[in-house]
Amino acid sequence: MSDFDLLMAAYEASGGDPELFSSSTVARLVVSGNEIIGANQIPGIEMFAEQLPDGVRVRLAVAPDTQVALPVHLCFGMLPERGMQRIVATFEIGARASVEFVAHCTFPNAIEVEHLMEGEIHVGAGATMRYSETHYHGEHGGVFVHPKARVIVDEGGRYYSGFSLSHGRAGKLDFDYEIDVARNGLAELDAKALGWADDEIIVRETIRLNGEGARGLAKSRIAVRDRARSQVFGTTEGNAPMARGHIDCVEIVRDQAIAHAVPVVRVSDPQAQVTHEAAIGTVDKKELETLLARGLDEERAVDIIVRGMLGD
Amino acid sequence: MTHTENERILEIRDLWVSREGHEILRGVSLAVARGSVHVVLGLNGSGKSTLAHVLMGAGGYAATAGQILFEGRDIASLPINERGKAGITLAWQEPARFEGLTVERYLGLGQPEPDPARLAEALEAVSLDASYRTRFVDEGLSGGERKRVELAAVYAMRPKLAILDEPDSGIDRFTVSDIARLIHRMAEEGTTVLLISHSDEVVEIANRASLICGGRIIQTGDPQTICSRYIQFCNPCENPDLVEREGAYERL
Repeated sequence: MSDFDLLMAAYEASGGDPELFSSSTVARLVVSGNEIIGANQIPGIEMFAEQLPDGVRVRLAVAPDTQVALPVHLCFGMLPERGMQRIVATFEIGARASVEFVAHCTFPNAIEVEHLMEGEIHVGAGATMRYSETHYHGEHGGVFVHPKARVIVDEGGRYYSGFSLSHGRAGKLDFDYEIDVARNGLAELDAKALGWADDEIIVRETIRLNGEGARGLAKSRIAVRDRARSQVFGTTEGNAPMARGHIDCVEIVRDQAIAHAVPVVRVSDPQAQVTHEAAIGTVDKKELETLLARGLDEERAVDIIVRGMLGD
Repeated sequence: MTHTENERILEIRDLWVSREGHEILRGVSLAVARGSVHVVLGLNGSGKSTLAHVLMGAGGYAATAGQILFEGRDIASLPINERGKAGITLAWQEPARFEGLTVERYLGLGQPEPDPARLAEALEAVSLDASYRTRFVDEGLSGGERKRVELAAVYAMRPKLAILDEPDSGIDRFTVSDIARLIHRMAEEGTTVLLISHSDEVVEIANRASLICGGRIIQTGDPQTICSRYIQFCNPCENPDLVEREGAYERL
């Protein structure tokens, strides 16, 4: 079986659809370790990838005014138990273009694996970029995931990011996104993670609303149990008139787990407004009792509530 | 086993319930016949919702004396999910919201194996179309829609005893006659309905009624008799100080 087939098998076992990676109309890139094992380019998208000693360098550019109809699929993974995968990625979305990226990161056998993503993202004026990243980990907890991105959203641009790590052990996650939003631009971050055993989850989300009428939402949903730890640092700045931002953090804690949230709101323009809400605690009593009243056992009821919150 | 009309599915005997040192239910006794639609009518603060929560076993309320017999078995010490498994469920007056849980999944939770046909039937029973299946049971639904989903979930479950706490409050475009049709469908399927309400409009749905005031059932009888007394004496309230004091604890 080739690395591609093994990666697809692991991806399918964790709930993905490998068919997406065989269609000629779907743009895609498949990277195993530091090897590029599959790629498909479609008109309007320029894709460049080169091998590095410890990963790959990728440049994805969408031409101005291009509306990409189908999501672009990116698959990153490592099959060995140990190793490093560094993805140095640049996304350049031309003015008024529209594109959706769906990234799958699969580490089914990891015992000591590092997955580092260094992203530079530029969303041009009036463009829309959607990016979702879903992780599929094994049960060993031996993955260190460090997605780090610097995002610039130009005037009227829209950037939506979703990150999900709830299949398998989180291991150690250090999520770090910083976004600058220009006039009438929009940025939405949505990070979800589930940790147990001795997993450690750190989420850093920073949105700077620098242009008039810029809007931002930093949302995080974390659930930890056993001895897992989670820390969420959400910072939103309102630096221009009519800028509107919101931080929304919910962490569910069970057993001996510990959760920590630090929402920071900074406003330097009197006409800007930034709000925040953070809720840390056990499962909501009303939700739990509602499910128990349907005859569900407590463990299953809690699992349904947590999985729902994490979007599973 | 065959059931007669007079068989009691639920019998509450001299039930006392306190919260934070204050008695909210003071010796409630009530018998509910299997297959009946029994309304417990009372003003806000009379102890109705407390009674619903205590019957379901919801936390925060503890019976200090008395018995709750369900199909002849005392369930007062059973946890909420064991009561659910026994066939009792509750449609909450203010239903919870669940982030990320679809209506379809929510409706199927009370069934051992979710049956798509039953879920479709349940949505239709509360006048919601199929597009609701994929919507989330969260802030995206209005209060009225959420309430209808709650009633649909109870209907889908086919419980032996459905406790409906103020099903007619806050429901938009779903009238008392719609609720009556839903309850009659439940009754036709063999579900006994205990309807908790402050609205005399719902009394006509029931075939038995009880009047609750100050944490006591003060009269049980045919719905028209109870309704007349409720309109005459309870609205306006004969004993506003008592009801207001008890209501303060119910609102906690």
